[in-house]
Amino acid sequence: MKIIFTAKGTEWDSPMDPRFGRTEYFFIYDEDSKKIETYDNRAIENEAHGAGPKTSQKLAEYGADILITGNGPGGNAAAVLQQVGIKVITGAGDMTVKEAYEAFKNGTLS
Amino acid sequence: MKIAIASGKGGTGKTTLSTNLAAFLAEKEHVVLTDLDVEEPNSGLFIKGTLKHSESKYKMIPEWDSAYCNLCGICQEVCNFNAVLKMGKNIMVFPELCHGCYACSELCPKNSLPMKEKPMGELKHFEAAGLSFIESKLLIGEEQAVPLIKQTIDYVDENFPEEIIKIYDSPPGTSCPVIEATKHADIVILITEPTPFGFHDLTLAVETIRELKKEFVVVVNRYGIGDDSVEKYCKAEGITIIGKIPNDRKVAEVYAKGDLLYPALPSVKKVIEKIALFIQGERGDSGR
Repeated sequence: MKIIFTAKGTEWDSPMDPRFGRTEYFFIYDEDSKKIETYDNRAIENEAHGAGPKTSQKLAEYGADILITGNGPGGNAAAVLQQVGIKVITGAGDMTVKEAYEAFKNGTLS
Repeated sequence: MKIAIASGKGGTGKTTLSTNLAAFLAEKEHVVLTDLDVEEPNSGLFIKGTLKHSESKYKMIPEWDSAYCNLCGICQEVCNFNAVLKMGKNIMVFPELCHGCYACSELCPKNSLPMKEKPMGELKHFEAAGLSFIESKLLIGEEQAVPLIKQTIDYVDENFPEEIIKIYDSPPGTSCPVIEATKHADIVILITEPTPFGFHDLTLAVETIRELKKEFVVVVNRYGIGDDSVEKYCKAEGITIIGKIPNDRKVAEVYAKGDLLYPALPSVKKVIEKIALFIQGERGDSGR
């Protein structure tokens, strides 16, 4: 299973970014190959409008199964994510990426 | 002659000044008052007229027609607002993000994004003695005030001759709606109050109006409260204060009844007279 985290850095110990559309990085973990990828999304700062759809579009390229984030996407982003067919897990905004992953595996996030 | 009444801070008296000035001037000549605060128009609370005309206003939004689309993606490249996205074999349009610029629609090689009307608000035109009153109101859920403000200004331009006095009650703040509401004006009156918030937001409003290269003057409302920072600032910047409406409990009492101030309060009438004289002087200067 491939999981995307919204993060403020590129390490397991990096704090999660609670925002979806304006997240600083994607941290992408492939459970099967144990491989980690990261994507620097900081250019989104220059977008005055439509950060949610734009970030969703980028996310779609990774073909992940699960998105773990903080506050959850807004309406426009949610419409795109629905099209992508990715499962959205929220409530991990105050954790590190590692903690968010563990919480997800323990079933304490939904 | 077009006079826009604006402020940085909300609640400083834009509507109070707009309605009182318009009604005062209308005692002697035909005046058009337009409420451009389309997110929450309230000049109508103080102007009692009969409804002459109303119409729905629409903005234009692209709608994807998949029949001939070759998914080239030009539409999403030319959109500055991420309102059109190519997602796999679909083109998604986000009407709330769309600014109705037509770029995607016009540049689509397959004409697959025809523009469609989407209702955004309602314009109403009232007539009272000597006073024409226009107001527009956004529909609930609509986010963009600018297209409706623009169409409301166009309605006034089309329906009234250029030379009569037109007063525009503008939205608060210093962002796009205010710029749309003031950029067509011959002069902008910034109304503020002598409080730290009023002062701070006045400096922002002045910056904005200067950027637009508009002639502007200041009116101080609730004069007597707060401090003298607004007056000191205007003096230092060479900005003319054309009137000071005194702070008075009776103002609040009359206002709360939905009445105009100047017929009931001589102290306010004096200030409105002074502002009216200033406007007449400006009109003379501009040769109209």
